[in-house]
Amino acid sequence: MQYHSPGSFEDAVAIAGAASGTTRFLAGGTDVLVQLRADIVTPDTLIDVKKIEGVRSITREADGDWRIGIAVSGAEMSEHPELGADWPGLVEAMDLVGSTQIQGRATLTGNLCNASPAADSVPAMFAAGVIASVTGPQGTRQVPVTEIPTGPGKTSLKPGELISALHVPARGARGGDAYLRFIPRTEMDIAVVGCAVNLRLDGDTISEARVSLGAVAPTALLVPEAAEALIGTTLDEAALEALATAAADACKPIDDKRGTVKFRTHVAGVLAKRAARIAYDRARARA
Amino acid sequence: MALDEYKPQTGKAMLEGEGRSFKQVGTSPDRPDGVDKVTGRARFGADVTAPGMLHAAIVRSPHAHARILKIDTSAAEALDGVKAVVTRADFATGLTGEMWNILENVMADKTALYDGHAVAAVAATSALIARDAAKLVKVEYEVLPHVTDVDAAMATGAPVIREGAADASVPPGLHPNVVRYHESGRGDVEAGFAEADLVIEDHFRTEATHQGYIEPHACLAQMGGDGKGELWCCTQGHWNVQKICAALLGTEQSALRVTASEIGGGFGGKTTVFIEPVALALSRKTSRPVKLVMSRSEVFRATGPTASTSMDVKVGMKKDGTITAMQGTFRLQGGAFPGAPADMTAMCAFAPYNVANLKQVGYDVMSNRPKQAAYRAPGSPMAAFATESVIDELCNQLGLDPIEVRLKNASREGTRASYGPKFQRIGLVETLEAAKAHPHYSAPLKPGQGRGVSCGFWFNFGGETSVSLALSEDGSAQLMVGTPDIGGSRASMALMAAEELGIPYENVRVTIADTASLGYNEVSHGSRVTYASGLATIQAARDAVRKLCGRAAAKWGIPEDAVKWENGCAVPSGPNAGDFDPLPIAEITASMGATGGPIVGHFEATPEGAGVSFATHIVDAEVDPETGKTAVVRYTVVQDAGKAIHPTYVEGQFQGGAAQGIGWALNEEYIYGEDGRLQNAVFLDYRIPVASDLPMIDTVIVEVPNPGHPYGVRGVGETSICPPLAAIANAVSAAAGVRLHELPMSPPRILEALERQRGG
Ligand SMILES: Cc1cc2nc3c(=O)[nH]c(=O)nc-3n(C[C@H](O)[C@H](O)[C@H](O)COP(=O)(O)OP(=O)(O)OC[C@H]3O[C@@H](n4cnc5c(N)ncnc54)[C@H](O)[C@@H]3O)c2cc1C
Repeated sequence: MQYHSPGSFEDAVAIAGAASGTTRFLAGGTDVLVQLRADIVTPDTLIDVKKIEGVRSITREADGDWRIGIAVSGAEMSEHPELGADWPGLVEAMDLVGSTQIQGRATLTGNLCNASPAADSVPAMFAAGVIASVTGPQGTRQVPVTEIPTGPGKTSLKPGELISALHVPARGARGGDAYLRFIPRTEMDIAVVGCAVNLRLDGDTISEARVSLGAVAPTALLVPEAAEALIGTTLDEAALEALATAAADACKPIDDKRGTVKFRTHVAGVLAKRAARIAYDRARARA
Repeated sequence: MALDEYKPQTGKAMLEGEGRSFKQVGTSPDRPDGVDKVTGRARFGADVTAPGMLHAAIVRSPHAHARILKIDTSAAEALDGVKAVVTRADFATGLTGEMWNILENVMADKTALYDGHAVAAVAATSALIARDAAKLVKVEYEVLPHVTDVDAAMATGAPVIREGAADASVPPGLHPNVVRYHESGRGDVEAGFAEADLVIEDHFRTEATHQGYIEPHACLAQMGGDGKGELWCCTQGHWNVQKICAALLGTEQSALRVTASEIGGGFGGKTTVFIEPVALALSRKTSRPVKLVMSRSEVFRATGPTASTSMDVKVGMKKDGTITAMQGTFRLQGGAFPGAPADMTAMCAFAPYNVANLKQVGYDVMSNRPKQAAYRAPGSPMAAFATESVIDELCNQLGLDPIEVRLKNASREGTRASYGPKFQRIGLVETLEAAKAHPHYSAPLKPGQGRGVSCGFWFNFGGETSVSLALSEDGSAQLMVGTPDIGGSRASMALMAAEELGIPYENVRVTIADTASLGYNEVSHGSRVTYASGLATIQAARDAVRKLCGRAAAKWGIPEDAVKWENGCAVPSGPNAGDFDPLPIAEITASMGATGGPIVGHFEATPEGAGVSFATHIVDAEVDPETGKTAVVRYTVVQDAGKAIHPTYVEGQFQGGAAQGIGWALNEEYIYGEDGRLQNAVFLDYRIPVASDLPMIDTVIVEVPNPGHPYGVRGVGETSICPPLAAIANAVSAAAGVRLHELPMSPPRILEALERQRGG
């Protein structure tokens, strides 16, 4: 195994491009090192991305977009004075990852690129409409995060490519998001179902919505039918029921040790309703 | 001292401990090992090293049941750094009975009997090389049909784990996987059920759970070609390790010295051996020290979880709450070997109740799972789950208060126990009265919440015990006990020694001595340590005190029996009272070399008066009807401790039992796939409670002294896990409005029960 710690994305791309065998980028390492020790993935090349200039910062761009560096830890997101006011759902989703110790290391990018169907921050990113900067031998391109994970442990990134930043859209007026997950315990568990809702109001009426589910399919899902059930409503009972049905219908889960198909499908609807109520209240509270 | 002095006394005679005003016993000073543990100075199983040490790794079967056709070790042996590979051929032959079972479990012979069963092991110069080499050991298997469920394993046509494993207790006609049978009872249950106004019979199941100790098994072994060896390991009982390892390696017991490390939890799971003989065999083969440390998934796959159960319990009750008859059938699956505690389950099931008509039947069933080991009151928590659920349902349907009903039927002193003997002094009624009076029992519940109550029972145990107490020249004391400290027992031992000697608690250093330093000590199990090692400590201190008084008598020139011991001093008594100034301990010990030599107190015995103990738990649970998720919102443990030597650690035992019970009741379970492999061999998926899952667990210590201990101590470590499964199930059933019959009561299971009920 070879360990590299490049100082720039160009160097990282060059090392990754030249590497053969299994390559892993080392952000927080809370997936990479665990998989290494458990004999699941033993990389031939390990590229530490934490020494690259600027990867530890959270910045608000001129247009109100948030740029989140690829080595920013969950704890740094939670402690940021303004990010959580704009995107409470996204920050809470990342904050659910692991324990205090894990929070000191784990990153949003790592959570996305590990490509677990149950990753907590991913539905929240899908719902928020986060865009990734993907840097490779051909330069940098902008890719919606919804296009990054392609299946359990798989991403659309090509050999030699890595994510160089994540961009969360400007919050804007009367918007709110929320993420909820179901776990049998209170913490330190993997989502059996996750659901994120992001919406915007016009008066009290929902004008825009995005709904995303986690752990009910090979990747997180964006569910347009669930969003449509909300748009144009004031989140009345009928809208919530329609949302729950659309969410449940979108589920393509598996039976496994963490939950059954039936249970996951049912709980997806329950969580969608609960997350929608929180997002709605948050949007109403925002000028 | 005569053995029968430590047998339970009858009658309500005033006990020595009763009414005695203690100076130190009953206080809660910091544990002597506390600073070591919080500063990292304490050495656990994996913390020792030796010059030239090798690291070992075990090759394990990926199949639930498979014939081992061939083991090819050549590629592993050819790897640089590999020093030895061992298989079954490297262990003793000709063993029988339980020693053969343990050997077969430690290293498979012709057949791999469960997923994770050890088939070979390697030793290499680094842990990484050993791990890689283990992958190079090529094992050819012929996969056999398997069975992991208890009911399926008893059914006609189930794969036979091992022909001829059953003992004489098993009636003819049962499947060969049924290896032991227990039946007991009294009266006429049919007549009893006929007398009842309401009879309820129900079926219950519990899944296997793991003790979940934080420290994986680890050891460092050193053995030469001459058969002499040293072993350092985390264990609940190192004499037992010595005995087993000597047998499995074919050497004398005294040739092997075993030292118990600090232990990061055991709960019964470290009362046997899994890896120690393997490390010894590798060391003998290489003449180098060998360290072997299990990973967490090895701990789950290849140590000793509890038995899983399938149970039927039937209880008849009159309208006034009188129980007329109780009947139970308890089927326990304990893995690929005999030993599931079906007899214990049967004997504990109805112990809290004084009922004329009883019948209890237990089946010990083998399956393709790891050999079960003890887990806190083995067998009893499951029994209570079934029995106390049925009693709860009877109370609901007859409109009776669950504590009143239990009080009405409670076992008391003189009651003939469901398992035979007459109870001596016991404290069940006292725990029920205290529970009834506790503010928890009358506190209002919020919507969506339910309350559950349950009693629980455990026998407790005595066992061989040997203790030695050496006095230092400055009058401080060094106490050597042979029972590894798994629950703060060093603090309790120091308190009892300090009390008897009349010296400060801090002046007693308690050491867990190795097997070469004391006589045989039974394992730290059966809630026996504070009882048996405590009793032995008191007697050893008294032995030392007699010797101290003797030195004073000699100095003063008066008879020995004219000297008594008070507040750490020898004082003349009787006709000589006041003739001499009190002689402090430090003055006697300062000159002991010149007055007869070192002063050491001893005590060796097999005390048999471990008093049984009872508890009553009250639980409030809240169930989310949309997701089936349960929160335990309030928990109160009321238990009879006999005499609490160190009340805070007694409370710790109470709370620990409740915490483990919450895990067992709600989320912990061994999950086997169709292929017979364990699917959740990591803490991520084997869901023990995390701190935020638990409410503050309130405790009430009831003290009804045990006549078999000088201060009245009863063991407290195990009874605390007997009531939780049932108490939580009763609370969850009340909150959900539907009876739960199967553990764990995981959210999908609760949702299903709710759905079934809605569907009619
Ligand atoms: C105890 C524990 C609890 C956990 N709990 C949770 C939980 O509750 N919810 C949850 O979702 N996860 C959980 N996780 C998993 C893990 O912590 C998260 O997935 C975390 O966000 C991973 O981030 P990281 O920075 O540590 O990633 P790393 O381990 O460093 O990397 C993860 C993957 O991302 C790739 N990668 C990293 N950076 C880049 C990049 N810039 N471009 C391309 N690929 C990249 C790596 O190659 C690797 O495949 C837990 C893990 C542990 C150990």
